[in-house]
Amino acid sequence: MTTPHRPTATGSRARVLGRVRAALADVPPAERPDEVLVARDYLDVHDTGGPGELTDLLHENLTEYRAHVHRTTRARLPETIAELLAVRGSGSVVTPPGLPPEWLSGTGIVRVPDDPTGTPLTAARLDAADSTLTGCAVAIAETGTLVLDAGTGQGRRALTLVPDHHVCVVRAPEQVVASLPLALPRLDPSRPLTWISGPSATSDIELERVEGVHGPRTLEVVLVTGS
Amino acid sequence: MSAPSETFLGFPAFPEAAHDAVRDRELRRTMRHATHTIRDKRARAVAELADWDELRTAGAQLKERTLRHLPHYLEQLEEAVTRAGGTVHWAADAAEANRIVAELVRETGEQEVVKVKSMATQEIGLNEALAAEDITAYETDLAELIVQLGRDRPSHILVPAIHRDRRQIQEIFRERMADWGRTAPENLTDDPVQLAEAARLHLREKFLNARVAVSGANFMIAETGTMVVVESEGNGRMCLTLPDTLITVAGIEKVVPTWRDLEVFLQTLPRSSTAERMNPYTSTWTGTTDGDGPRAFHLVLLDNGRTDTLADQVGRQALRCIRCSACLNVCPVYERTGGHAYGSVYPGPIGAVLTPQLHGIQSEVGASLPYASSLCGACYDVCPVAIDIPEVLVHLRERIAEQGGKGHRLEKAAVNAAGWVLNHPRALEVGERLASLTRRLQPKRLPGPGAAQWTRSRDLPELPARSFRAWWKENR
Ligand code: SF4
Repeated sequence: MTTPHRPTATGSRARVLGRVRAALADVPPAERPDEVLVARDYLDVHDTGGPGELTDLLHENLTEYRAHVHRTTRARLPETIAELLAVRGSGSVVTPPGLPPEWLSGTGIVRVPDDPTGTPLTAARLDAADSTLTGCAVAIAETGTLVLDAGTGQGRRALTLVPDHHVCVVRAPEQVVASLPLALPRLDPSRPLTWISGPSATSDIELERVEGVHGPRTLEVVLVTGS
Repeated sequence: MSAPSETFLGFPAFPEAAHDAVRDRELRRTMRHATHTIRDKRARAVAELADWDELRTAGAQLKERTLRHLPHYLEQLEEAVTRAGGTVHWAADAAEANRIVAELVRETGEQEVVKVKSMATQEIGLNEALAAEDITAYETDLAELIVQLGRDRPSHILVPAIHRDRRQIQEIFRERMADWGRTAPENLTDDPVQLAEAARLHLREKFLNARVAVSGANFMIAETGTMVVVESEGNGRMCLTLPDTLITVAGIEKVVPTWRDLEVFLQTLPRSSTAERMNPYTSTWTGTTDGDGPRAFHLVLLDNGRTDTLADQVGRQALRCIRCSACLNVCPVYERTGGHAYGSVYPGPIGAVLTPQLHGIQSEVGASLPYASSLCGACYDVCPVAIDIPEVLVHLRERIAEQGGKGHRLEKAAVNAAGWVLNHPRALEVGERLASLTRRLQPKRLPGPGAAQWTRSRDLPELPARSFRAWWKENR
């Protein structure tokens, strides 16, 4: 949907850009943007551990920001997921398109599949579901961050936002990178991205941190290692 | 010149407002507790990174590159956003931005919008402008909600209700929530967990039914047309994801060149702002995506005095600001006066340099703000994009002195105010400690022939090796 350009709007574009140019009269006309020095002397990685240590660091940082972290193996993944849904007492779980079916093979919980091309789940339907289960695109160890890119097994952004309980599966070490500079090249900015570092939180009342405001108040991360 | 925003009308200038605020003991206790808590945490978060200085330098340089070639990056951004299905609008001033947003909302047929905390929309007084068009804007950030329900004004960039304690918040929720939607739960106590829960319940129905959202942007990537919003509570995600139409209002200085540049700013912003390695939620989006999120995306690019700021070669650096609020939290003057004394949505050290530049130094507020500082330099030390705020303050004082007349008269009163604030008995130790800690950084703060001339003609000494207070005692 596009809005036709209003005549005033076109005028303002020229006006603002004209003012910007006039304000920069001191910049030599021949100067190119890349001639203005940007020294990228900062580090690519702060913690130089091996892949195993990266997973531990991710674990530690996620925990510090009050995510619940579970370690498991590929073979035991269905069991782990079934267990934590049972402990939570969840009656239903939202599933994105492309979620590996075996992940839920250990539980009889009600599935609430999202079908974005057919009838996507409404916000109210999502609000009524207890949990949501997804994978992720990449995880960043140094900051304890999960990045979701709305790809296969993750689904559109609303799925991991409205239900109060988010279970996110991370395959280690393949999906774990050390740092932000290493994460960015693996992500496609044309996709909608959600970067998650712990459950939602606020410090708006006397700067005292309270976990859980509008997003899922409980974030559980399942780190899958080995075979 | 762009039209000044109406937001500023009726505010007392800094000297008067500062006097009142410093006398308010409860406010001072709240402010002291809050600013000290966050400043210590920030120092620890920053100390974790061995390459902090390099990140800070790169951040400053990236912003410098962008500002020097702003037309190039703005045009690139516009093209990329348009290609991705968004529509770009240009607003020369606050009134035009408000008109554009109101018209876009009217076109949807809706009369309510949900809002993500945004400095730009506060600056232009968007909520008031929409109200005049019978459109209700609901603030969804917890602190903004407290401010809105309390019919109050924000006093901090990051924590706009920093001046309210839990008891006051409890009262506001009990008394006012019903006027705006779902009533506060019975037996609501002043426990922050319960207060946050009350906000969750109150706003839930608004999110689930909202059709139009208004947001700001922390960064806009020229190369890809990507918008970035950094937040904690999830209210941002709600607004950016659930409605059909999303309208983002952002200052033209929020553009950065490339996707890669986020590797700098997403490391420095959270640590400077909330003292976290990473904030709980960051959303990035590019135009519209089929089947995910809003179907219509509008970007309103705002000037509103930014080009006047850009034209000043010393003052220009204020446009690097990424609104982290670290400079507020370390400022001895801000700590004692609170944010309201600055009479602007941009309080603290950054407000003292930004407000006069955005809105002119002709008004009383504009002419007094550059004196709302002891030039101790703590703000420069913590700034993640290395804005030399003391340098800009001194430069603006020169400009005010040159203009004579009203500004000239105001100057003395304003100097007295900053001095009085710091001279207040309990204010002493911190101010002195800060001053001596940062002394080595001082000399370059009074650079150039302009400053020398100013100090001669204004009868002020070189910036002190001794504290502002000592200087003040001798000179008042
Ligand atoms: S001036 Fe610097 S320290 Fe202050 S809010 Fe802006 S970026 Fe942060």
